[in-house]
Amino acid sequence: MSATADQRDIGGPAQPLLIARNLAKHFAARGASKSARVRAVDDVSFTLFKGETLGIVGESGCGKSTLARLLLHLIQRDSGELIFDGEPVGAPRGITVAALRRNVQMVFQDSYSSLNPRMPVQDSVAFGPFVHGRRKSEARRAARDMLVKVGLNPDLFGPRYPHELSGGQKQRVNIARALAIEPRMVILDEAVSALDKSVEAQVLNLLRALKQQFNLTYLFISHDLNVVRYISDRVLVMYLGRVVELGPSEAIFIQPLHPYTRALLGSQPSMDPAHRIEQPPVTGDPPSPIDPPSGCRFHPRCPFAEPVCAQRSPELGAWRERDSHVAACHMLDPASGHSKAMQ
Amino acid sequence: MNAEPIPAISAQQIAGTAFGHDEALVEVRDLTVRFVTRETTVHAVNGVNFSVRPGEVLCILGESGSGKSVTLRAMMRLLPPRRTRIEGSIAIDGQDVLALDKRALGELRGGLVSMIFQEPMTALDPVYTIGTQIAETVLRHKGGSRAAARARALELLELVKIPEAARRLDNYPHELSGGLRQRAMIAMALSCGPRLLLADEPTTALDATVQIQVLILLRRLQRELGMGTIFVTHDLGVAAEIADRIAVMYAGRIVEEGPVADVLRAPLHPYTQGLLASTVHGQSRERDIEAIPGSPPDLRRLAAGCAFAPRCGLVQSECHAAMPEPRYTAAGRMARCVRITQAALAAAE
Amino acid sequence: MSQTAALPATFADETSPAERVRGYWGTVGYRLRHDPVTLFFGAIVLLIVLMAIFAPLLAPFDPYKESVVLRLKPWGYRGHTLGTDELGRDLLSRLIYGARSSLLMGLVPVAIATFLGGTLGVIGGYAGRRVNAVIMRTMDVFYAFPSVLLAVAISGAMGGGMVNGMTALALVFIPAMCRVAETATAQVRSLDFIEAARATGAGTLTIVRYHVLGNVLGPVFIYASSLVSVSILLASGLSFLGLGVKPPTPDWGLMLSTLRQSIYVVPLSCALPGAAIFVTSICFNLVSDGIRSAMDVRL
Ligand SMILES: Nc1ncnc2c1ncn2[C@@H]1O[C@H](COP(=O)(O)OP(=O)(O)OP(=O)(O)O)[C@@H](O)[C@H]1O
Ligand SMILES: Nc1ncnc2c1ncn2[C@@H]1O[C@H](COP(=O)(O)OP(=O)(O)OP(=O)(O)O)[C@@H](O)[C@H]1O
Ligand code: SF4
Ligand SMILES: [Mg+2]
Ligand SMILES: [Mg+2]
Repeated sequence: MSATADQRDIGGPAQPLLIARNLAKHFAARGASKSARVRAVDDVSFTLFKGETLGIVGESGCGKSTLARLLLHLIQRDSGELIFDGEPVGAPRGITVAALRRNVQMVFQDSYSSLNPRMPVQDSVAFGPFVHGRRKSEARRAARDMLVKVGLNPDLFGPRYPHELSGGQKQRVNIARALAIEPRMVILDEAVSALDKSVEAQVLNLLRALKQQFNLTYLFISHDLNVVRYISDRVLVMYLGRVVELGPSEAIFIQPLHPYTRALLGSQPSMDPAHRIEQPPVTGDPPSPIDPPSGCRFHPRCPFAEPVCAQRSPELGAWRERDSHVAACHMLDPASGHSKAMQ
Repeated sequence: MNAEPIPAISAQQIAGTAFGHDEALVEVRDLTVRFVTRETTVHAVNGVNFSVRPGEVLCILGESGSGKSVTLRAMMRLLPPRRTRIEGSIAIDGQDVLALDKRALGELRGGLVSMIFQEPMTALDPVYTIGTQIAETVLRHKGGSRAAARARALELLELVKIPEAARRLDNYPHELSGGLRQRAMIAMALSCGPRLLLADEPTTALDATVQIQVLILLRRLQRELGMGTIFVTHDLGVAAEIADRIAVMYAGRIVEEGPVADVLRAPLHPYTQGLLASTVHGQSRERDIEAIPGSPPDLRRLAAGCAFAPRCGLVQSECHAAMPEPRYTAAGRMARCVRITQAALAAAE
Repeated sequence: MSQTAALPATFADETSPAERVRGYWGTVGYRLRHDPVTLFFGAIVLLIVLMAIFAPLLAPFDPYKESVVLRLKPWGYRGHTLGTDELGRDLLSRLIYGARSSLLMGLVPVAIATFLGGTLGVIGGYAGRRVNAVIMRTMDVFYAFPSVLLAVAISGAMGGGMVNGMTALALVFIPAMCRVAETATAQVRSLDFIEAARATGAGTLTIVRYHVLGNVLGPVFIYASSLVSVSILLASGLSFLGLGVKPPTPDWGLMLSTLRQSIYVVPLSCALPGAAIFVTSICFNLVSDGIRSAMDVRL
């Protein structure tokens, strides 16, 4: 397995698998005035290294799924650049979208609606190999092999329809479907969020094992910080369409830099009835991504906000290497004029 | 096994001492709920016992399909009457809920007992403003003038910490964000000073930073108003934040019950232990999570014996014979597992 | 291939003996074969079709032969099992022959409309917003007229006759068909599995063929079958106005409208063409209902 992966590896292990530069996607806001735009993803840049798991966390509506769709070209980006293993995607001298999709697959949150209700699940898994030119019988054989790898007995579960499987089983099928065309990278968009805790653990273990076996790179999207901490090597925190913090998983969880990340961590239930949270770390709801706040988008809720925060957008600090830990907050920028800015 | 490992305290003693009938606000005994259709029967709740004292928060913890919502709905008689078979007894504040007629039921709902749901949009009427809806509820149960009811509505919105409450009175539900909507629903539930609050995963749909705000709010209100509360959730962390006692449900039965700290720190039942182990929370990244294998049983075809037996790592032949009876290791500390005496002894050592 | 640690957890329902290796259509066929109601009514539909095909062999009399002395005779009169009509023609023979034009008028316009309207609908539902707007707004224009009026106007403009009548009816049904297909397609399109199929790199045609059609055909079939009876009735209306089938061609709709005048003389005979239309359309409805539920593997 790893031999094939090495063949496809063009730039060598040091070259990032995926680079996103200044990605943006705005939607027309429904119902509101014509000019209102939903700034779902706004100027997002990050790098994904070969073999790592990058976790993306953020609250509902902050643009995680939109970002995932952008990466797979399921929606057109408004601006920005995508580079897969050194080659720009969709550019004249880069790789095509079809080639990108052969390398990157996705697992969705809703395990039921992401399977065709009128197809036996083994056919859903076989669809990818079939599309990529395998004969039907071959594709089905590959699908049944894949079902074994995700822990489902193909004789028993292969011919079933999605509604005949439990949530965890359906999500295994979805994982098998994503892996059937042997991608190098898998985007997991809230892939375990809808599962029961006991089943979630099974699927997380499975994902870890498959990653080893197939030499995969994961982009793991979730709103559950504990899960992200467990599974990710690095973490990217989003707020209202922007990246607010990016760094190694442990660094982010032990020493978060951005006030929003701190609030998010502080909002996690304690799991200890003797030490309950007495004060909410932040108040209010996340504002709407239609016409988001000026400057730092977190400033209306931030306990440290100063006038400069409403005026200027903080930059995500200069990102240098694999384990740089950066955040977009004026308090981290000595030149910003924020009174708490570190010197 | 010939010597029945019955612990020192018997169930009768517990019921008599810890929460006597005069003291309990809610007393549910042997509750079973089945959904009968032409093709199948779903055994959603299979013999549930619990009681709640005034001012106490009982958390019903369990995974999807374990019967949490059905139990709660049965207490309000909100289940579709034609297909539902309810047995057992439910007493709230001394009233036999299953025997109430339509009028008495109307007074019970929203008066003595209030309920809040996971999705506030389903409980709020989209065509009326928040203020109107709360005022209506107040008028219906308490009477009085329209102006007084509206004043009370404003008071309630302030109570649940909705910013700019006066302005929000005239908002329609869809104009509010998720967190504000949930607060509005809580305000409505509190409008008639209920003695019992039933909460069905009220924070599950909320964002992390909003969830903790609503949890803290609920905890504070519950304490200030002295309401008995039954709080349904599948999230151990949420239970840890709000519960006084926890009842763990599996396949329509309460398999473990006890004070929140005891259940979370020293779970007795293998299911609770598995649930704790498989809840991702600061585990080492180097190792796999200890997941419970398999999936929950099909409630249409429940086998005799412990429903958890097919997934249990500690299963023994006895487990398949019959569902273990509740066993107590201390007053109010119960689990339904054949191994309970051994486990309790091991813990004591 | 090395097996990993995360392997077969035991599943609670691992015992159920599900040994089915059929594809989707195989399953549908299997379920149809085990549905007695659908089979029964399917057989009746088949009989009616056979009756239409072999009319010359089955009819006891010439359906066109008029007779002044045999006008409006009751059932069983001199070998005319079901009596005669107002021109003295044998009713049984005319009913048998009438199945031909009635089935044609019932099925052909619906088939054309299902194909064209369905295709347009799937395109409109799956393509982007602009294509959708063009197709659906055009359909709305037609949709705005009552269908009877539209049928009369179109076939009036084209002139009478069976072919023109069928064309007119097809045109009337296309917008409705298109809308049903469009709604169903748009619904399917918004589901994640379509997105997942796109992500595997499948082209639009492949996705439509393997993922969309199976989910759209059900509602389309059901709707089409309900149109068959409407089509037969509308056709009879056209014939009545002299726009569809021309007398003396035997046709259930035409017979219904002419015998209507004799309702007090031969009430039983009068009901016959109506009954034929009724039975035929009911059978079509039940068969398509059976097909639909067979296609709905979730049930
Ligand atoms: N096709 C679309 N048209 C208009 N707005 C959209 C569209 N898709 C997403 N949005 C909006 O973009 C914003 C970001 O959505 P997105 O689905 O990416 O959020 P998310 O972070 O995945 O949230 P969740 O955790 O709820 O899945 C939301 O406000 C959403 O309403
Ligand atoms: N009205 C109904 N008719 C038939 N079955 C029902 C009905 N309501 C619930 N059930 C079934 O009863 C069982 C218990 O459902 P319940 O809603 O109580 O689960 P829950 O513990 O609340 O789960 P969740 O966490 O998913 O809300 C489920 O198997 C469900 O399918
Ligand atoms: S930039 Fe200002 S408002 Fe934004 S997080 Fe930093 S301190 Fe808070
Ligand atoms: Mg999302
Ligand atoms: Mg529920």
